[in-house]
Amino acid sequence: MSEDINIKIFRFDPENDKEPKFQDYKVPYVDGMVVLDAVRYVEEKIDPTISIRWNCKAGKCGSCSAEINGHPSLMCKTRVDNIGKNITVSPMAAFPLVKDLVTDISKNWEIARKIPLLTPREGLEKPWRINPKDVERSKEFKRCIECFLCMDVCHVVREHFTPYFGPRHIVKAASWDMHPLDGLDRSKMLNDEGGMGYCNITKCCTEVCPEHIKITDNAIIQEKERAVDRKYDPIAMVIKNRRKKEKVM
Amino acid sequence: MSENVKTVETDVLVIGAGGAGMRAAISVNDAGLKVVMVTKSLLGKAHTVMAEGGIAAALGNVDPQDNWTVHYGDIIEEGVYISDWRMAEILGKEAPERVLELERYGALFDRTPDGRIMQRAFGAHTYRRLAHVGDRTGLELIKTLEDQVLHRDITFYDEMYITNLLKVGDKIAGAFGIKMTTGEFFVFKAKATVIATGGSGRVYKVTSNSWESTGDGIGMAYRAGVKLRDMEMIQFHPTGMVYPPGVKGLLVTESVRGEGGILLNSKGERYMLKYSPQKKELDARDVVARANYKEITEGRGTEHGGVYLDITHKSPEYIKHKLPAMYQQFLEFAGVDITKEKMEVAPTVHYMMGGIQVEAETERSNIENLFAAGEVASGLHGANRLGGNSLADILVFGKRAGDSASAYARSSTLLDIPQDLIEKEINYVKGFFKENGKNPYDLIDRLTTCMSDNVGIVRDGEHLKKAVDIIEQLKEEFKEVGTKGMIRYNHGLLGCLELANMLVSCEAITHCALMREESRGAHTRLDFPKKDKNWKKNIITYMGEDGKMQYETVPVEPMPKEYEQYVKPEVYE
Repeated sequence: MSEDINIKIFRFDPENDKEPKFQDYKVPYVDGMVVLDAVRYVEEKIDPTISIRWNCKAGKCGSCSAEINGHPSLMCKTRVDNIGKNITVSPMAAFPLVKDLVTDISKNWEIARKIPLLTPREGLEKPWRINPKDVERSKEFKRCIECFLCMDVCHVVREHFTPYFGPRHIVKAASWDMHPLDGLDRSKMLNDEGGMGYCNITKCCTEVCPEHIKITDNAIIQEKERAVDRKYDPIAMVIKNRRKKEKVM
Repeated sequence: MSENVKTVETDVLVIGAGGAGMRAAISVNDAGLKVVMVTKSLLGKAHTVMAEGGIAAALGNVDPQDNWTVHYGDIIEEGVYISDWRMAEILGKEAPERVLELERYGALFDRTPDGRIMQRAFGAHTYRRLAHVGDRTGLELIKTLEDQVLHRDITFYDEMYITNLLKVGDKIAGAFGIKMTTGEFFVFKAKATVIATGGSGRVYKVTSNSWESTGDGIGMAYRAGVKLRDMEMIQFHPTGMVYPPGVKGLLVTESVRGEGGILLNSKGERYMLKYSPQKKELDARDVVARANYKEITEGRGTEHGGVYLDITHKSPEYIKHKLPAMYQQFLEFAGVDITKEKMEVAPTVHYMMGGIQVEAETERSNIENLFAAGEVASGLHGANRLGGNSLADILVFGKRAGDSASAYARSSTLLDIPQDLIEKEINYVKGFFKENGKNPYDLIDRLTTCMSDNVGIVRDGEHLKKAVDIIEQLKEEFKEVGTKGMIRYNHGLLGCLELANMLVSCEAITHCALMREESRGAHTRLDFPKKDKNWKKNIITYMGEDGKMQYETVPVEPMPKEYEQYVKPEVYE
């Protein structure tokens, strides 16, 4: 595979262009190259005005998210030899477009602000002691690099105007809920304010996660079950009712 | 004025949102003052995220004999006696508390069997000292601080490129920026400013550094009359990836060696037994990097110009648990399963020990309301940095910079910024839009190639002089760089702006390397292979009144008598 690759890149400036287009570029193939290498070649050698976003080029920062041949992916981790020499790159569709491949992901910060931080249980002795095994559960979620590909692929986030926070933020909440010393339960707020019920567990988010976090199984379903348990737990209801009576008395 | 410029006023302006910038912003918020933090990348994407191995802090959880004095001694020795001893003391004493604070913010470190924070061995640390989260400690650190930033009253502007500090009289009145996503101009007015923009690793062709590490803070500070120190001291990490070409330079964490990985040449010899019989693969980074370099240049390298790093003697489960990111990195980028195959590695530019000269206790530069912390600052690491000390550095001195800036801001007022200063910046940016301007990326390519070829891991006068000439030539050609299109999210424009800063770093690095006629720490001169006691000095770089770069040497301040017991006496051949 030594010949040029053909890359089609989405070009659109909402402030100046009437409509978006895909522009064709030819880029020489280099052994082991990733899609970001090809896009940067276009930027550096052909047209520096093309807008792209990247930073670490090592799959660690989550900046270069895009849709490659329609599949939400990190450009820096998608090897050309795995997808063939005809490549189409477009921006994430779930977020407002800034220009070309760059989108405005700032709504994620608004959602992030709503999820309570680690709230340690009271009376813990310092410095904290945590069993090595207990660290593991939350650790999976802490691998998240905030590429927001899970948000991009989620049809609820993408196509419906719901209050659903989206997969990344359920993962964040789960990372705190499963922190061994945390004293809160965020499942209720995820369900009420966060519209978690809109997720119909199609597992698309898990499929695109570059960190291989089992988002649906280990975060969303766990939080959904907690929320349901809280709501319908018969024992909890009895205790709740008794407390109410005590207060009245 | 024709241009629409937005003005933002604050008590403290923090430029940069890696670990140091965010920790500084948290300090200002803790002090109850208004803080604005700006960054050229997205929030949470800064180069800190790339840190892998851990945070060095003498908690003594694994080796109870460890304490700040041992950490202090390690820093001074590794910095080959030109570190600022006060900074080493502060780091040794305060790093443990910063780690515990991070844990209270929500970071979840690996644990010892009895539930305390686990600490791992790392090159040239006397004891097991690095608190870590597998091999993703930087990610945990940055996400933890990001959560704090989001949940506090901290205003941040991401993808905001600061072109210059705005100097009024002998103080910094604020900074001028371009919001990349909208193309708007911003003027930030602040009583005190903290620079935390990271290093200049991207001035080299082969580097482990992110896109953003172009030394913007160094450039803007230098132009504002700030003094730089130790600019010749560039750390080469012994192990960067060499293949495929797209990831050449990408870091292979020292934890691989910390967890038992060994280095082999193409003959299968474990050559570190020869170079460093005692510490072997875990000797200081400069020692291991030079050994790797020597094996490769003397013809005992691998197919792609590296050496082998082998961890296959550990069980696959152990490797996947302790080095999950490395396992993925090699599998996904190189198609190599590190539980079964050897890795190919070679030295890569990793860290800049030099940077803005700051006062140890306050992180204040030679401008009274300008502070600096993290990789952009200098002093702590001297001639070489210990692994794990940069994450400790950004937390300890990020906090102190924020505290000092707050204290300063509390007793001062905003300065008026004359209109012509703002016009000057607008014209500077707009000046890059021209027909037939030279492509900045062509110049950047030549500059980075020049640095890697001539100012690399092993240096000599001839090559350094050649680099000086090339840099001068590129400075001339820089006048003709340009781009087309609009200001909004234009990488051509960013390339021009960054190149201006990269040229400052390159000029300083190369000239200081030429001046220092000895070999010390990360700085190795073939023509001056020995350490020279007359060079127990720091080189200070600043802009002279004629606008040209000036250099002077200052002797290292001796440490107090009672601290000498913590450090092995310096030996000269």
